[in-house]
Amino acid sequence: MTHAIEVRNVYREFQQRSSLGRARGAVCAVDGVTFSVAAGDVLAVVGESGCGKSTLARLIMGLLPPSSGEILVDGRSLVCVDRRERARLIQPVFQDPFSSLNPRQRVRDIVGLPLASQGDLPKARQSDRVMEMLARVGISTEMAERLPGQLSGGQRQRVAIARALVLHPRIVVCDEPTSALDVSVQAQIINLLAELRRELGLTYLFISHNLAVVEHIATEVAVMYLGRIVEHAPTQDLFRQPMHPYTQALFASVLTPDPALGVPDVALGDAYPDPTNIPSGCRFHPRCPKAFSECPATEPDNIRKDGRLVECLLAVDNQTRADRGDGSVAHFQLDR
Amino acid sequence: MALVMPNAVLSIANLRVSFPRMEAVRGVSLALNRGEVHCVVGESGCGKSISALSVMNLLPRGAVRSADHIRFHEHDLLGMSERQMARLRGDKIAMIFQEPMTSLNPAYTVGSQMAEVFERHRRTTRRQALDRAAELLARVGITAPGMRLAQYPHQLSGGLRQRMMIAMALMCDPELLIADEPTTALDVTVQAQILRLLHKLQQEMGLALLLITHDFGIVARMAQRVSVMYAGEVVESGPVEQIFKAPTHPYTRGLLDCIPVPGVTKAGEPLGSIPGVVPRIAPGFLGCGFRDRCTLATAECAETMRLRDAGADHFYRCRLPPNWKQGTAP
Repeated sequence: MTHAIEVRNVYREFQQRSSLGRARGAVCAVDGVTFSVAAGDVLAVVGESGCGKSTLARLIMGLLPPSSGEILVDGRSLVCVDRRERARLIQPVFQDPFSSLNPRQRVRDIVGLPLASQGDLPKARQSDRVMEMLARVGISTEMAERLPGQLSGGQRQRVAIARALVLHPRIVVCDEPTSALDVSVQAQIINLLAELRRELGLTYLFISHNLAVVEHIATEVAVMYLGRIVEHAPTQDLFRQPMHPYTQALFASVLTPDPALGVPDVALGDAYPDPTNIPSGCRFHPRCPKAFSECPATEPDNIRKDGRLVECLLAVDNQTRADRGDGSVAHFQLDR
Repeated sequence: MALVMPNAVLSIANLRVSFPRMEAVRGVSLALNRGEVHCVVGESGCGKSISALSVMNLLPRGAVRSADHIRFHEHDLLGMSERQMARLRGDKIAMIFQEPMTSLNPAYTVGSQMAEVFERHRRTTRRQALDRAAELLARVGITAPGMRLAQYPHQLSGGLRQRMMIAMALMCDPELLIADEPTTALDVTVQAQILRLLHKLQQEMGLALLLITHDFGIVARMAQRVSVMYAGEVVESGPVEQIFKAPTHPYTRGLLDCIPVPGVTKAGEPLGSIPGVVPRIAPGFLGCGFRDRCTLATAECAETMRLRDAGADHFYRCRLPPNWKQGTAP
């Protein structure tokens, strides 16, 4: 079976410049990322701001070329697919429905634009398709004549979803699709996205920082930290047993609405990650509550086991370490 | 009403704020004791920030404020001149805003902005004020405060900026701290750290904290008392355990159903949701602002809705009895 998305050892660097335009070295926003998403799955990418999750989304949409590595969408390398074809395969829904819709176009024209630019459907069919799609996402015929400014945030996000789906793409990249919305509206949009996936067999790449939403909608989760995927696992496994200390900290900071619990103590220190100055060894070690002597020196390998991936020295199988005659860390166990 | 507390630090009765074509706040009452955390929770446009700004008399132009009273201890804030208010702001009453970058001046160093508050209210020298600033930066967990004082806001990360805002608000030992969505712009990990800090300081200093938020997770973890706002009104208020254990207003119940909870909400099942959108309340509007989105609304809901007592210091504004059940409601 071909994967809907396949990312092979992808790097993306950005050149940093001073205010006078002099080069100041490079920032590696995506630093050697490999993963694949099966058709019909929802992969959520979570992490703090600046971890590279939005850059990853833009790479997969073909809006940015990778510095090295290869990205395949629907089994085909992105470099071999031209823009028009790419638009039929993969479409975005962005975070802010206030800035992602043209304020001077009517809703029906916004949703019709992808069809018009493909240009292979007669005008009358285009209009039918637009209205069909708008009805599907819950936008009335009357609202289709309005400008985005006349709609609420939730309605605008519905329009953005209709625009993404009007070409019947296989894959939708949702970059924080609900974080600009109110709670009651967020639930409507999450439900709509879940329904559409089931009905249309879509694959989602779902970028989010809201772990409760992620648990609800995703089938798999990748946790990113400073440009690398440090843990990747099926959603249920990950939530049942987070292995990487960073994932554990992320989960600890989710504020479930339970008044019996106080404010959690997230033992991360305040050394906020700086992508321009990536720490040696394991890049998480300055904030890691479980770091030990080896962490600043050794870059952890990817450990793959039981369909999961984790990148942490503590996750190295005790047995493997014993075999190597390296018993010094054998007593470290991951929290269950 | 039971909200009249003789020793309250802040007491607001029947606050109304109107704009030329909109009523933003329609009769909000709340009271806050020393050492208490009171959360005002609601969606955007419900009037929670406007209520907070009315306490400080910092409303945008065109807004008209009225109330039976707004009291800070025994002082009547409604009758105060701008000059008298300015003396209180940043001194006995301090405020923290959502996005620290927009409430800081990018052209001045952290130190000079922090010192200004103290010099102004306490008539000290710059040197003394900077010492006080360094002391507070250390207290909010900022390492190397001396170096930070010389930096500009853009040189700090979001989390550090918000810590700095908290330190700045605490410069003059306030008794009342109003925090309007203090962690909304931050990452979840940093949010947890900032909330923990706020909680610790609030306890240590016996602060009365009025915390404005849209996040029921924050409410659950921080508040002792909660006021749920919708369309300019407090639709439900009570002790935090009551609100989560026995939410009574249909809006509160609906909103709590919308929140996915890891391990509790079933993946694959749709989340609860409230149909429709938040209405704009025109002047002269009567009755329950939620009735257009409420499946249980009747003709009665178009009349002025009085506050009902659900017992245990828990009040709500709805025609339904306190223990109504889904599906069997009259």
